[in-house]
Amino acid sequence: MGLLSKKDSKLILDPLADNNPITIQVLGICSALAITAQLKASIVMALSVIFVLGVGNVVISLMRNIIPPKIRIIVQLIVVAALVIIVDQVLKAYAYELSKELSVFIGLIITNCIIMGRFEAFALANNPWRSFLDGIGNAAGYGLILIIVGFFRELLGSGTLLGIRVLGDPIAKTGLYSIGYENNGFMLLSPMALIIVGLIIWVQRSRNKELIEEN
Amino acid sequence: MAKYTDKNSYTILFTIIMVVVVGSLLAGVAQGLRSKIKLNERYEKQQNILYAMGVHDNEGEGDVEFISTDKVEAEFGIYIKKQLVFQGDEVTENKDAYLIDLKKEETLAKDGVYQRRLPLFVGEKDGETYYVIPMRGKGLWDAIWGFVALDKDYTVKGVFFDHKGETPGLGAEIKQRFFMDDFSGEKIMDGDSFKGIAVAKGNNDPVNKIKDDYEVDALAGATITGDGVTAMIKKDLRMYLPYLKTLNE
Repeated sequence: MGLLSKKDSKLILDPLADNNPITIQVLGICSALAITAQLKASIVMALSVIFVLGVGNVVISLMRNIIPPKIRIIVQLIVVAALVIIVDQVLKAYAYELSKELSVFIGLIITNCIIMGRFEAFALANNPWRSFLDGIGNAAGYGLILIIVGFFRELLGSGTLLGIRVLGDPIAKTGLYSIGYENNGFMLLSPMALIIVGLIIWVQRSRNKELIEEN
Repeated sequence: MAKYTDKNSYTILFTIIMVVVVGSLLAGVAQGLRSKIKLNERYEKQQNILYAMGVHDNEGEGDVEFISTDKVEAEFGIYIKKQLVFQGDEVTENKDAYLIDLKKEETLAKDGVYQRRLPLFVGEKDGETYYVIPMRGKGLWDAIWGFVALDKDYTVKGVFFDHKGETPGLGAEIKQRFFMDDFSGEKIMDGDSFKGIAVAKGNNDPVNKIKDDYEVDALAGATITGDGVTAMIKKDLRMYLPYLKTLNE
């Protein structure tokens, strides 16, 4: 990344792997379980969180010297809520189909712990540019896990990807289904997302021993 | 050496300014986009009603394709011949009946005095008359609603379902074609007695070849949403029965 200094690019790249908000910090698990039954929902949720966290971090960072410390959490909450409502309204006006598809997820962004976490831990203490990079990086790290989980859940649970049948037709018994393959209905249930996240954590830590906590 | 941001007076001032700024910002955004959102909702209702009648851009197997928004207003005018509103014993025609808010009507009717208005859309396609009935019920998380198009023999010609917040991949699948298409051809009446259509598990009919069992195959993992669909069809179609009978005579 020639555009960014080494320190800055670390802000974006770290949360993608070695400091991933989901697999390392174990934040934002709730939505990772709830909305990853389909790949499309995962992708859109990832994009929405990238927007909200990127802009939100900048707003909080700009206000960091004037926010009264006593009520800073409420102030952060208001910023997230306002951004989320704006996103929701704009989608309803200009991308109605998409907004229907997302329905409750957009509202759920408000409750995403990663967002409040980054406001509190980073944006309150850093300048807007660095906060912006940190926001994008963390949201992308979150989104990456969401997309991986969504990919496996939709593929193994429904035999589709983005709604397209990639393994053949389960009713007409074509493709893989002709040799006795069955969709795994368990994959559609939320707890399976936890198991996939667990597997990702396992793979990640066995490749990089430094990530293993000692105790 | 307390900083000025620690003072109570500053905190209160900050709160007030923040609330006013954010409040007016959101009010401004909502106001600015309102007409556009209203128009989208209007088109959507027209698309849904036409979809139940089988007027859509579906191609082969696959996704639900509505009539596009730039054409829907005109098509709606062509296919929907009459919009009736039943209220008690009264029958009126109303060009905006499709905009009647079923949720509001249901709430108003709870006092036991108010007679709720029941909209019915009379459509015509390929020389056949369709009666499109709107429905509204509860899924697992939130509201579900839809339209069912019947012919004069009470055979379902098509349905449309939608939901506010059912689980993606599970209950949310009620708006997929493979689920909605199953309803076509089902009957809701057994002679003179009303049966409705049940979303049933394990009816040994996954591709829904049997059309006179008043059942369609359920979605795996979406029991409560499916039960909600069953209940919605039973409850809302029942209200229309007396009127449907008079229309046929």
